Amino acid sequence: METFVPPVPSRINYINAQYGLKSWLLTKDHKRIALLYLGSISFFFFIGGLYAMAIRLELLTPQADLLQSTTYNKVFTQHGIIMVFFFLIPSIPATLGNFLVPMMIGAKDLAFPRINLLSWYIYMLGGIVTIYALLAGGVDTGWTFYTPFSTTFSNSYVVATGLGIFINGFSSILTGLNFIVTIHTMRAPGMTWFRLPLFIWAHYATSLIMILGTPVIAITILLLAFERVAHIGIFDPAVGGDPVLFQHLFWFYSHPAVYIMVLPGMGIISELIANFSRKNIFGYSFVAFSSLAIAVFGFLVWGHHLFVASQSVYAGMIFSFLSFAVAIPSAIKVFNWTATLYKASISYDTPMLYALGFIGLFTIGGMTGLFLAALAVDVHLSDTYFVVAHFHYIMVGGTLLAYLGGLHYWWPKITGRMYPEGWGRFSALVVFIGFNLTFLPQFILGYMGMPRRYHVYPAEFQVLHVLSTAGASILGVGLLIPLFYLMWSMRYGKVAPGNPWHLPGLEWRTQSPPPTENFDYTPVVTWEAYEFAPPEETEVVGKFHDKVPEKA
Amino acid sequence: MAESYVEHEASHPALQHHFENLEQQREAGTLGMWVFLVTEIMFFGGMFLAYTLYRSKFPEAFAIASNHLDIKLGAINTAVLILSSFTMAMAVYSTQVGKLRAQIIYLVLTIVLGLAFLGIKGVEYHEKYVDHLIPGTLIPGNPFNPDPHAMHLTQGVLMQHVQMFYWIYFAMTGMHALHMIIGVGLLSVILYFSVKGRYSPEYHNPVEVAGLYWHFVDIVWIFLFPLLYLLGRHLGGH
Ligand code: HEM
Ligand SMILES: [Cu+2]
Repeated sequence: METFVPPVPSRINYINAQYGLKSWLLTKDHKRIALLYLGSISFFFFIGGLYAMAIRLELLTPQADLLQSTTYNKVFTQHGIIMVFFFLIPSIPATLGNFLVPMMIGAKDLAFPRINLLSWYIYMLGGIVTIYALLAGGVDTGWTFYTPFSTTFSNSYVVATGLGIFINGFSSILTGLNFIVTIHTMRAPGMTWFRLPLFIWAHYATSLIMILGTPVIAITILLLAFERVAHIGIFDPAVGGDPVLFQHLFWFYSHPAVYIMVLPGMGIISELIANFSRKNIFGYSFVAFSSLAIAVFGFLVWGHHLFVASQSVYAGMIFSFLSFAVAIPSAIKVFNWTATLYKASISYDTPMLYALGFIGLFTIGGMTGLFLAALAVDVHLSDTYFVVAHFHYIMVGGTLLAYLGGLHYWWPKITGRMYPEGWGRFSALVVFIGFNLTFLPQFILGYMGMPRRYHVYPAEFQVLHVLSTAGASILGVGLLIPLFYLMWSMRYGKVAPGNPWHLPGLEWRTQSPPPTENFDYTPVVTWEAYEFAPPEETEVVGKFHDKVPEKA
Repeated sequence: MAESYVEHEASHPALQHHFENLEQQREAGTLGMWVFLVTEIMFFGGMFLAYTLYRSKFPEAFAIASNHLDIKLGAINTAVLILSSFTMAMAVYSTQVGKLRAQIIYLVLTIVLGLAFLGIKGVEYHEKYVDHLIPGTLIPGNPFNPDPHAMHLTQGVLMQHVQMFYWIYFAMTGMHALHMIIGVGLLSVILYFSVKGRYSPEYHNPVEVAGLYWHFVDIVWIFLFPLLYLLGRHLGGH
C-alpha cells in the first residue's frame, strides 16, 4: 500500500528554466536542441514509416495493384532517402548524443552551442527542401542516385532532392565537429580518455566519419546536380565521363555512413550491457579502440558495393578481403558484450531487452554482410532481397533497437519521469518478433532470386512476402506503443530520481532533468568508467537536495 | 569521492559561460577550425579525384586545354595570394603583440589582396566566356563551342575531352573563389571588431582562426595552380 507523498517542489531545470516557443527555437542548450532534434527526426521517421507501409502493402500480391510501377519506384526511393538521411544518420548522435556527450564528460555544454543550434536549422532546411521535392513530384532513382539514370534519364525531382540532402549533410558535419572538439577540450578534471564511457568513444569515432565522409557526398551530389542541369560530362559516358566514378564517390561516403548509423548504437549497447550487468565491461580498451578501427577501416571497403559494376577483379578481391577484415572490430564488440554478460547479475529492464535483441540481430546482419562480401556469393545475391534483409538487420535490428533502448534508458534523465516498465518490456518483445517476421523471410526470398526494387514477382514468392508484410504490421504496432506511453509518461509517469538505475556515470550524478548547466559545480572525476561503488556513494554531485528549492 | 569542485575564476568579458577559462575557449576555437579544414580537404578531395582520373584518361586533351589557360594571370594571382598570406600572418602577429594599428592595416591589406585575386580571376573567367569555353549549357545561349584552331587541337583529340578539363577547371577554381569570397567576408567581420578594439594580446583567437582559414584557402590554390596551369605545359599544341 502506498502512502500519500506530498509532491516534491521541483527545482529549476533545463525544461522549466524558460517558457515559450522562442525560448526553444533560440536555445543554445544542448539538451533542448537534442529535444528539438528528437521531435523532428520522429516526424521524419513517421513519414519514412508511411512509405514502408505502402511498400509492404503493395508487395502483398504478385501483381501491381496498389501502386503503378512509376509510383512504386518513387515510394521505395523516398522511403530510403528519408530513413537514411533524415532518420538513421542523425538519430542517435543528434538526440541522445547531443544530450549526453557534454553530460557524460562533465561539461556544461558542447564546445559550440550556436553551431549546435545552427545544425538543427540546417537539418530542418534540408528536410523542408526534400519534403518539397517529394510533394512536387518525388524522385525515383533509388536512394543511391546511380548515374546515368539520375543525370540523364529520370524525369523526377533529382536536383531538388539532392539539394535537400546536400544541405542536410552540413548539419551532420557540424555535429561531428562539435563532438570532436568537445571531447578533446571540455572533459571535466579527472575525466581521462580511458575513463570516458564507451558511448563517448563511439560518438568520437562516429564524428570522425561524419567530418571525413560527409564532405565527399556533398561534392558528389553537387556534381550530380551540375551534370543534370548543364550536361557538362562529369558522369556522362556519352561525352567521355565515367558513371562508375559516381558509384565510387557515393560509396566512399555511404559505406562509412552505414557506420555513422551503427556506431552510436554500439555505444549505447556498451552502456546498457555494462550497466544492466552491474559489471565493468569486459575489455574496455578493446571495445573503445574497435570503434576507432571501424571508423578508419570503414573507409577502405566501399568497393564491395561495386562487385558487379565493372570493377576489376583484382580490386574486387582486395575489397572483399578488406570487407572481411572490417568485420573483426565489430566481432570484438560482440564477444566483449557477451563476455560481460557472463556470470553477471543481469536485470532485464526494457533497455536491456533492447540491448540483448541488438546483439542477436546485429550478429545476423554482420554475418550476412560477410556472405555478401564473398565475391562469388555476391554475384548471386547482389541486388536481391538478401541485401535488403542484410542491411535492415543492421539498420533496424541494430540501430533502431539501440536507439529505442537508449531512449528508454535515459528517458528518466531527459524528462524527469519514468516510463511504464511493463509496457516497455511488452513493446520490446513485440518489436523483436515483428522485426524478425518481417526480415527473416527476405533472406530466403533473396536467396531464391527475388530482386530488390521490383513490385511484380512470380507467384511462388507470395507466401514469404505475406509473412513479411504481416511481420511489418506487428513491428509497426510495436513502434506505436512506445510513442503513446512515452508521451503519456511525460505527464503521468512516476517522478524519476536523479539516479534511478544506481549507476556511476556522470550523467546520473545530477538531478533529473538536469539544470541548464548540467551540474551545480564542475565535477571532479576520481573513478573509472563502470566502476560500481555501493549505491550510497554514487549519489548526486552538488548536494542540491540540501538546498532550498528555488521554484515551486 | 566527488567532494572537490573546481571554482570559476574571475572571467574575461569574452569568456563564454560554458568554458572554464579563456585558454580552454582558445583551444576549442582553434581545434574547431582545424577540424573544419579537414572537412574542406575532403570536400576538395572529391574533385581532385575526378581530376586525377580524367587527366590520366585523356592526357593530351588535358594538356591542350591546360595550355589555353592564361598562365600570366595565373602566376600573378599566385603571387597575390602568397603575399596575402604574409599580410595575414602579420595581422595575427600584430594582434598577439598588441600593435593594434598594424593589425588593422594588415587586415585591410589582406582583404584588398583577396579582392585583387577575385578581380583577376574574373578577368580570366571572362576570357573563357568570350572563347566559348564555359562547359555544357552552364551559360544559357553560350554553350561550350571553342574554335578548334585557336585551341591548337591535334589529330585524334576530342573536343568533349577538352570540355572535361574545363568543367574540372571551373568546378575547382569556382569552389576556390567561393571560399575566397567567404574569407573576405570573414576578414571584414574581424576587421570591424578589431577597429572596435575587441582583440588584445589576451584575447585574439578569432583573428588566429580566421588566419588559419585564409592560409588554407591559399594552400588550395598552391595546389590548383600547378595542376591546372603548369602540368603538361611542354606537351600540347604550342
Ligand atoms: C560487418 C561488416 C559488413 C559487411 C562485410 C557488409 C557487406 C556488405 C556488402 C558486400 C554489401 C553489398 C551487397 C550488394 O549490393 O551486392 C552490403 C550492402 C549493404 N550494407 Fe553491409 N556490410 C557490413 C555491415 C553493414 C552495416 C554495419 C550496415 C549499416 C549500418 C550495412 C548496410 C548496408 C547497406 C545499406 C547495404 C546496401 C546498400 C544498397 O545497395 O542500397 N552493412 N553490405
Ligand atoms: Cu558497404
